[in-house]
Amino acid sequence: MYEIKCDVCVVGGGPAGLSAAVAAKKAGAEDVLIVERDESLGGILQQCIHPGFGLKLFNEELTGPEYYGRFIDEAEKVGVKTMLGSMVLDVTENVVTCINSEYGVCEIEAKSIVLAMGCRERTRANIVIPGTRPAGVYTAGTAQRLMNRQNEMVGKKVVILGSGDIGMIMARRLTLEGAKVEAVVEIMDFLAGLTRNRVQCLDDFGIPLLLSHTVVDIKGNNRVESVVIAEVDENKKPIESTKREIECDTLLLSVGLIPENEVTNKAGIKISPITKGPEVNQYMQTSMPSVFACGNVVHVNDLVDNVSAESATAGKSAALYAAGKLGKADAIAVKTGENVRYVCPQNVVAGDESVDLYFRVMKPEKNVQITVCDGEKVLFKRKAIKVNPGEMEKATVNLNGISELVVSVKEV
Amino acid sequence: MMKKEIICTVCPVGCVITVEGENGSIDSIEGYTCPRGKNYAENEFVSPVRILTSTAKLTGAKSPLVAVRSKTPVPKDKLFDCMAEIRKLTVSAPLKRGDVLIENVCGTGVDIVSSADVK
Repeated sequence: MYEIKCDVCVVGGGPAGLSAAVAAKKAGAEDVLIVERDESLGGILQQCIHPGFGLKLFNEELTGPEYYGRFIDEAEKVGVKTMLGSMVLDVTENVVTCINSEYGVCEIEAKSIVLAMGCRERTRANIVIPGTRPAGVYTAGTAQRLMNRQNEMVGKKVVILGSGDIGMIMARRLTLEGAKVEAVVEIMDFLAGLTRNRVQCLDDFGIPLLLSHTVVDIKGNNRVESVVIAEVDENKKPIESTKREIECDTLLLSVGLIPENEVTNKAGIKISPITKGPEVNQYMQTSMPSVFACGNVVHVNDLVDNVSAESATAGKSAALYAAGKLGKADAIAVKTGENVRYVCPQNVVAGDESVDLYFRVMKPEKNVQITVCDGEKVLFKRKAIKVNPGEMEKATVNLNGISELVVSVKEV
Repeated sequence: MMKKEIICTVCPVGCVITVEGENGSIDSIEGYTCPRGKNYAENEFVSPVRILTSTAKLTGAKSPLVAVRSKTPVPKDKLFDCMAEIRKLTVSAPLKRGDVLIENVCGTGVDIVSSADVK
């Protein structure tokens, strides 16, 4: 077996892995190795040719390739090592096992490990759409890869289920390439993605957005011939009388993302039932102290800028752990109060430092107050005109002497 | 007189701003809650622009395509004209992000550039 040693091993070479590796190197780790299953670095951003990345981090509107290009430049400059075409099969406390067509099975011994495997799309099987099983049903990301990396057009008349960002971005992309997008259909009564994408991807091209609607049937034998849509009631049940058929040859699904945690699960690392990613503290440290995690493998983000920021924390922490400068201290669970679905990090180690808590609300609300409390003591308070499950919120708190943390969003 | 409802995209609040006017001049503007929103709606009413991104055929590399973009935003009503020009393009590796592929696309004064590095 081929054996390698390094200080920090990063699993995944997308935006999270690249940022973590650069940060680990800058924090003093000697040998930092990225293991990536694709033939090139950049992860999902390789197919995200649209603009909108980097507004927070670089104050510029970059495309996906431009955004990760900057991180690759940086990684090359600081001397991050990479192993491409290598699929990680197993992670234990200090060993990453991967398989590579050149070397076969490789064992990488590392002082610390960063998990940055990203997420996968939910599919037709996940949401159980009735009907036949013809060709022409794609997840939005698959269609995006086919069009933007492989030069394959996926269809001419398209219906998109789900108003997630990738779905809306593909609505624009398909339209620009000559397809007709008949509608974007969303089961919830609010938009799943960012408002900016609704304006620039749907409204700009007159593509109808049907909220509180879903696809109830797919018709066609070899190829999709039509889909049947219907309005849903308050319990998300389709209303029979509102059914109508839309002729189309393609159905794209943009119905959510799930962190890709097969190796995390196998390693016995504690997974949050809500985010479906490993639970972490403010150092992005998992329940296995030598293993850190960042990006969409922890919780699905809407902005890559946030991924880069939290991944830099993970990389820095992994370097400190490798150098014996970070241990595992007792952590306090961060609790979710009113209208908060989850908070990341899920637990924090008390101490005199400021930490960003990222969280999502459960339902859209207007004119709210966001608070983080330690018992009666209010550590953070901010008013917001609008909150939406599709847009992650942030609260910064100092953890000096805290005994508990509760994040709440209340109408005022 | 033209009346347009504009959803502001400057921040996540998404104010609905109503602008009235004619021939690029604005008579009334309502619904904005900050100066950036007002500025956005004015520009959006008078001359809406968008960054255009697409792909171009690529030779001499593993990938059949390279991501391209308009270096700066182009007028919204020129998007499809610009797409037609990009479609005619075949470029060859190597490329660096920022390399100019089409100068002054469709007379917009904006260049189409490579948005990826290709070795």
